[in-house]
Amino acid sequence: MRKNGFARQALIETLHTVQSSFGYLDDDAIRFVAQSLRVPLSQAYGVATFYHYFSLKPPGRHTVTLCAGTACFIKGASRLIAAAEERLGVKVGETTGDGNISLTIARCVGACSRAPVALCDGEVSGEMSAAQLLEHLERWEVQ
Amino acid sequence: MTLEELEQIARGVQQENARYDHEVNVCMDLACASQGAGALRDALVEAAEASGKKVLVRKTGCMGPCSYGPLVRVDPGEALYQRVQADDAKAILSSLGGEPVAALQCDLNEHFDRQVRVVLENAGHIDPEKIDDYISRDGYKALMTALVEMTPSGVIHRVTESGLRGRGGGGYPTGLKWSTVAKAGGDVKYVVCNGDEGDPGAFMDRSVMEGDPHRVIEGMAIAGYAVGAAKGYIYVRAEYPVAVSRLTTALREARRRGLLGHGIGGTTFDFDVEIRLGAGAFVCGEETALLASIEGRRGTPRPRPPYPAVNGLWGKPTLINNVETYANIPPIVRNGGKWFFNMGSEHSKGTKVFALTGRIKNTGLIEVPLGIKLREIIETIGGGVPGGHRLKAIQTGGPSGGCIPASMLDLGVSYDALMAAGSIMGSGGMIVMDDTSCMVNVARFFVEFCMTESCGKCIPCRAGTAQMHTLLTRICRGEAELADLELLEELCDTVKSTSLCGLGQTAPNPVLSTLKYFRNEYIDHIVHKRCSAGACEMKAAAAAAAPVAPEVVA
Repeated sequence: MRKNGFARQALIETLHTVQSSFGYLDDDAIRFVAQSLRVPLSQAYGVATFYHYFSLKPPGRHTVTLCAGTACFIKGASRLIAAAEERLGVKVGETTGDGNISLTIARCVGACSRAPVALCDGEVSGEMSAAQLLEHLERWEVQ
Repeated sequence: MTLEELEQIARGVQQENARYDHEVNVCMDLACASQGAGALRDALVEAAEASGKKVLVRKTGCMGPCSYGPLVRVDPGEALYQRVQADDAKAILSSLGGEPVAALQCDLNEHFDRQVRVVLENAGHIDPEKIDDYISRDGYKALMTALVEMTPSGVIHRVTESGLRGRGGGGYPTGLKWSTVAKAGGDVKYVVCNGDEGDPGAFMDRSVMEGDPHRVIEGMAIAGYAVGAAKGYIYVRAEYPVAVSRLTTALREARRRGLLGHGIGGTTFDFDVEIRLGAGAFVCGEETALLASIEGRRGTPRPRPPYPAVNGLWGKPTLINNVETYANIPPIVRNGGKWFFNMGSEHSKGTKVFALTGRIKNTGLIEVPLGIKLREIIETIGGGVPGGHRLKAIQTGGPSGGCIPASMLDLGVSYDALMAAGSIMGSGGMIVMDDTSCMVNVARFFVEFCMTESCGKCIPCRAGTAQMHTLLTRICRGEAELADLELLEELCDTVKSTSLCGLGQTAPNPVLSTLKYFRNEYIDHIVHKRCSAGACEMKAAAAAAAPVAPEVVA
């Protein structure tokens, strides 16, 4: 916030910083940011919920993000999503009961030439098959 | 910084490069990096040191044919190597000065021969984190020439003369937009670069921002001079962290070299650029929504007019162009408007970068002169559809575009021709679909996208896309009746004509274009409860009796 001179217009930047430090935005954080930047709490909360990138729930220890962009869709991303949902027993946007793995989808990560794409803790893997994906998830489950 | 000093820097880089006998360029773009380009580069550096040869190992931006990555190009000789792994580093190093490594050679002459590189001229040739590399390839020469030798109206004249149209998809004449902002009153104006590449299946702007960030900054600075703005914003998706870090480095370097900041090049022109992060909202590609987002608010559009050119960021006149539009500016200023005007087709000048993806052999980034036939892109450059499958359709323009059927392959790619065919140019995503894709399902995919991305401000878009999605889902499940099809068409018409912004107005396009060209698939789903591509799960009883379609292999 200091970097941006406590400017109101830097609300999105500030929320990005909070999320990258704590992994998600909780009520206290949103309240604190709103107060410090002197923006109405409704605006801060509105922005935090409007943009998909912001999460109001804590993420799991690991996060698998499946790209659901057009190229990935054409190359079978929906089968990857179904396989991951079945394996983890959660729906997209949820975290396993033990807080180990979060399953999310991305609108497009821009690696379309390697579709379908999965991001495992941020690392991009292309031409993913359901078997490879499950293997990856297993590795996390063992740890 | 003067033109002479720029040339001095360029000479310095050339002298430095002349110390080496060989250059080994490693593509470090996302696609190659995801296949081990990082380890490969380390191995090449190590092997270069061990070999005792004078070798420069350089990390570069996207070279193009991503499906063959990781890619390495060795100069002089331009030997292109494909699928190079760290183990191959020694073989490449020992081949230097002799015959190229035959086993790794990438033979894609046809792929490259049909391309013309303007925006991508530096991609694969420079280290994006070194400003001097960019300067050595005529970088910032256009800016300095404009500042020293041209008037702002002279710059606008040149851009107008080039015939350049907005590369974000709309195709609005760039020169006209610039002159509107230049004529707008007031002493505070802004220049905004739209790097919110929300179109799923497209990554041209990411590659340009990551592979040649200074080109975008230079284009913005020239625009700032032309329209009378001292401040610019680049709005980048948060999903592109590498682009953000490259741009941050590039801005710092440009300031250090005096190419941004106060009194650029000893003139009275001040200009600086700030990066603004998106946060995952497709609607922010719409210009008024983007401005709202830069101001730190929810990205919802507002009615136009007033247009941002008159009343934009914080109520000031604002010029908004796409990444690729700005990237075209330096070569236009350098080479003249006529040079650009002579490329392309009648009403679509210059070249266009496309992200060629989907069911095609050579996926990756291509740049072609506009007017080129789709057939050339798909068959010659793209290498056709692999695995013995049959080409069905080409999708352009993302969720705002449409599907062009295989029967129209001889269509020349231009703004107007694509529009007439029921699609749009869009920002440059080109997704190839074969007989394993169900067009109803594809339409549903895009409508679902627009439904979730709808900001909710206007009712036609918020409620209309949801209803369209319900109808399409019923069709996909084999639960629909023919009357639903009529309802769907009526709904498309309503949403198209009454939505507030481009998102809603174009959301029906994927449905309308598939209805136009693939109506038989809709009928098949509704009447025969059958999905010929085997992509839809038919819930109806008729499907249970039908033979099970073989599972599609990714």
